[in-house]
Amino acid sequence: MIRSVDQYEFNRRGFLRVSFAAASGLLVSLYLDPHSAYVVQAQEGTAPAAPASYPPDAFVNIRPDGKIVIQVNRLEFGQGVQTALPMLLADEMDADWTNVIATLAPAADVYKDPLFGIQMVGGSGSIAHSFLQYRELGAKTRAMLIATAADRWGTTADQCRTEASVVHGPDGRSATYAELATDAARKPVPSNVRLKDPKEFRLVGKRVKRLDSRSKCDGSLKFGLDLDLPGMKVAVVAHPPVFGGRVKSFVDDEARRIEGVRDVFEIPLARGTGVAIVADKFWPAKQARSRLKIQWDVIGVEAADSAELWTRYRELSHTPGNVPVNQGDVKALDRIAASDRIVAEYAFPFLAHSPMEPLNTTVRFDGDRAEVWAGSQFQTVDQMAVAEVLGLKPQQVTFHTEMAGGGFGRRAVADSHIQREAATIAKRLRGTPVKLVWTREDDVQGGYYRPMHLHRVEVGVGSDGLPVAWRHVIVGQSITADTPFAGFTTKNGVDSTATEGVADTHYNIPNLHLTVHHPKVNVPVLWWRSVGHTHTAFVMETLIDELATRARVDPIAYRRKVLKPEAKELLSTLDLLEKASAGWRNALPKGHAVGISCHECFGTGVACAVDVSIENKRPRIHRATLAVNCGLAVNPLTVESQFQAGVTFGLSQLMAKGAITLKNGVVEQRNFDGYVPPYIVDAPVAVDVHIVPSGEAPSGCGEPPVPVISPAVVNALARLTGKRYRTLPLVSI
Amino acid sequence: MRRIRVDLFLLAAFLVVLSCVLAARFAEASNPPTTAQGLAAWQQVYSVLTNPRCINCHTATDYPQQGDDRRRHVANVVRGAEGKGVPGLNCAGCHQETNADSTGVPGGHNWHLAPLSMRWQDINDRALSSGDVCRALTDRSKNNNLDGPGLLKHHEEEPLVKWAWNPGRRPDGTTRTLPPLTHEEFVAATRRWVEAGTPCPK
Amino acid sequence: MATYQLTVNGKRREVTVDPSTPLLWVLREDLKMTGTKFGCGISACGACTVHVGGVATRSCIVPISHIGDRPIVTIEGISQDAVGRAVQDAWVEKDVVQCGYCQSGQIMSAVALLKDTPKPTDKNIEESMGGNLCRCGTYPRIREAIKTASAQITKGGA
Repeated sequence: MIRSVDQYEFNRRGFLRVSFAAASGLLVSLYLDPHSAYVVQAQEGTAPAAPASYPPDAFVNIRPDGKIVIQVNRLEFGQGVQTALPMLLADEMDADWTNVIATLAPAADVYKDPLFGIQMVGGSGSIAHSFLQYRELGAKTRAMLIATAADRWGTTADQCRTEASVVHGPDGRSATYAELATDAARKPVPSNVRLKDPKEFRLVGKRVKRLDSRSKCDGSLKFGLDLDLPGMKVAVVAHPPVFGGRVKSFVDDEARRIEGVRDVFEIPLARGTGVAIVADKFWPAKQARSRLKIQWDVIGVEAADSAELWTRYRELSHTPGNVPVNQGDVKALDRIAASDRIVAEYAFPFLAHSPMEPLNTTVRFDGDRAEVWAGSQFQTVDQMAVAEVLGLKPQQVTFHTEMAGGGFGRRAVADSHIQREAATIAKRLRGTPVKLVWTREDDVQGGYYRPMHLHRVEVGVGSDGLPVAWRHVIVGQSITADTPFAGFTTKNGVDSTATEGVADTHYNIPNLHLTVHHPKVNVPVLWWRSVGHTHTAFVMETLIDELATRARVDPIAYRRKVLKPEAKELLSTLDLLEKASAGWRNALPKGHAVGISCHECFGTGVACAVDVSIENKRPRIHRATLAVNCGLAVNPLTVESQFQAGVTFGLSQLMAKGAITLKNGVVEQRNFDGYVPPYIVDAPVAVDVHIVPSGEAPSGCGEPPVPVISPAVVNALARLTGKRYRTLPLVSI
Repeated sequence: MRRIRVDLFLLAAFLVVLSCVLAARFAEASNPPTTAQGLAAWQQVYSVLTNPRCINCHTATDYPQQGDDRRRHVANVVRGAEGKGVPGLNCAGCHQETNADSTGVPGGHNWHLAPLSMRWQDINDRALSSGDVCRALTDRSKNNNLDGPGLLKHHEEEPLVKWAWNPGRRPDGTTRTLPPLTHEEFVAATRRWVEAGTPCPK
Repeated sequence: MATYQLTVNGKRREVTVDPSTPLLWVLREDLKMTGTKFGCGISACGACTVHVGGVATRSCIVPISHIGDRPIVTIEGISQDAVGRAVQDAWVEKDVVQCGYCQSGQIMSAVALLKDTPKPTDKNIEESMGGNLCRCGTYPRIREAIKTASAQITKGGA
């Protein structure tokens, strides 16, 4: 998702320095100006939008019964942040972990991401950005508890120690955190605290089980869709069949005859208009929608068509575009004989995120205030949008963060279209809470896809078998165009979310030339878990593998040769991968092949080896071994889970029916029958994850699993069939 | 005088017609359809057996098909040892005793896959030839030991067979496509084929 | 509208609803039991899996009018069953869940499998769990957890 700007070049070490600055009031941050809705980069030393100090009591509540409630400043949508962030705080606080309860914080300034200045989850940044923040909060809370105990006992802080929610003083005295909490809250918050040396960690770095497991296994945990409020109504919306279409007229007599239907009315949408149905319950609303007869006006609305787009993209790829990378000699390729060149065209379709929980938002509008319940990745942005629709200030909108059934980027939308739809309906039903539900059909057909991309690459191979010249063209919609984020990602007409993984490749390519085209297409697009890396890593890792085959060099060894020596992170993962997978890689049964890939994104390096055979004309992945360099693994169990499972999300790209296509403006897929994500048979049977030991500050694990898997599998297939697979999804092998 | 002659004429005409009909029936009973007629009847039967409402469950694979386009059934459901699915994904778990028109799921008593011995497609989901289906249907080691009359009874009375003519609505509300003959025509064609001695084309 | 007498997790419940209403929505909105989830509405994902008359059933496509007097068991009641408890415990022990939205259905399907086949092979697991979607991709841990539950329920010669 959002990446650091070139100017600040945030590597992990750099971030550590900046964060310490944050504790003393200097914060380099980005913030959204609510009035003019553009992103502004604050210079170091000027007033930050996010508070420089974080009052611990907004994050930690020690209850009289000893339970410690920790507010998590991010949406939990599977990634495990509601366990890992509390771990950081609880460890520094020396809290009794068995009494820790995590909750998802509502929208508020104090919960904004310290680096990005808005409350959000994305860019695999939760742990990376809040690592020091949550540790400081825990340490400060501990300091205040000790200060309270020391006062009571007439002793000093250095005479006290803490363990498992108890302060121990001299002469065998002790007091529980619960006993001290009320007085501790009155203590001043210290501006400086000592953080633990990693040797002192009791929780951090250990495999700690998730806090939300049991309630997700017994049906008791409520997701946004499960919300039930007194007097609540349910709404569904009939959306235009073509993005931007408008309601010309509609006949709703049959729809209104369904028992339980309360109202039917036209509403504006982010693009075009639609018809909202409000009912007592979901089923009557859905029934009513299928009985609506709507005439749509699509005059002047571009009818995007996949076949036509491929033609247009292909034509564009042969024309001059914006050039973000021009290293070395652009003409170097022309001096290389045709027989020493690889020319490849890659095609990537639109992809839907399709989180398991259908999108939904509940809003109640009371005139001078409103309340929202949403599993949102973008609380600040969505809160502002709801306020705007309702004519309120953001502070008048109480925004609850609900547990979410998956997200993958789908819940981080600059135009807050779902929340706007819900608020528009709630405005009409003043005083009544309305739950807007998008059905799976709404989701599959509703847009905000990973954009379609065409890559055209020409590689010139040197006499040593290494790439000497590389001319690369990328054609695809800009994700951030026409959003406040464009100012952050786009320079000289190039959106970095389309080029990440190529523009900043760690491969040593002396003459690298990259051209980019961002066509305007009437299909809303969005970041799909790992964003640009979803397609760039596929291109890079399949081409590098092809070069390795041409050079008759082992694919791991070849990558070592081509990677820049500075790419220490990736190199460390290749080393670990080689060791960890040696056992099975060298003992493959007949009909199996190994596929290798490596890629770094969001600060984390990953190397992957897969054992693949072909069964029932599909790739059968018997095993995947992953080596990961993510700095300090705050919770190695979370890291393992993220990688074990995240690779399957990545395999969405290979599914035979894993593409969204449009014909004459209409999305051709409707539901999971036409757009089919990976089931258990499509996933690796077993995945083992190995973490490079590291004391560096943690980097993200949410997105890094995704880019490596598809090229690794396809590299294995290439060894089995001799074919090159450059068009996704894999319809046939 | 004239009236009496008209009445007599009508009576005579009626008797002629009646005797013709009876003669024809008698002729039928005592003169079964020719092989050629039986083969023609078989073609009609074959056209029904290979229409999607029937052939979708007479697969050669471990999965059923659905839809007029005969795509693989959603949710990776598989045949299981007895053609009734597997624990967790039994056919009858979703396919109830009758059609569920509000959700678009067909239903009938004892919903299950025909055994592999009664497959009417190859493993590439292509319908077998008329001759191959005919031979499979008449092979008593494969067809649950049914003779001609047994086959006729199966076509006439088996609930899952009759379901094809009451296949319910799709999720979009439209009625599923019916087989190319009515059930009565299908039974009649089966009868002619059976009476012809169940001949099979090459 | 029609009135139906249901047995849900051993308790008698009565609802008055449109007969076409899928069991899923009766459970979620009329009985306020939201543990059974809506994922797709076309039986493709399994998030809505419950047991009806002891058979794993995708409740999003079975209208309430088709239930009759068959007892219904949902995720909220599966812990009353020894196999259900073993599966839930294994799921927690193996840290299976991520977002968790699909897991009610996964657990109900796994319980159906283990009740029929207490010692499932990898193939059994893949076939019986083959229609339950998990977008997060927790499949490898689901496999492990089923084996853990299997060991639990079959130990002591059960």
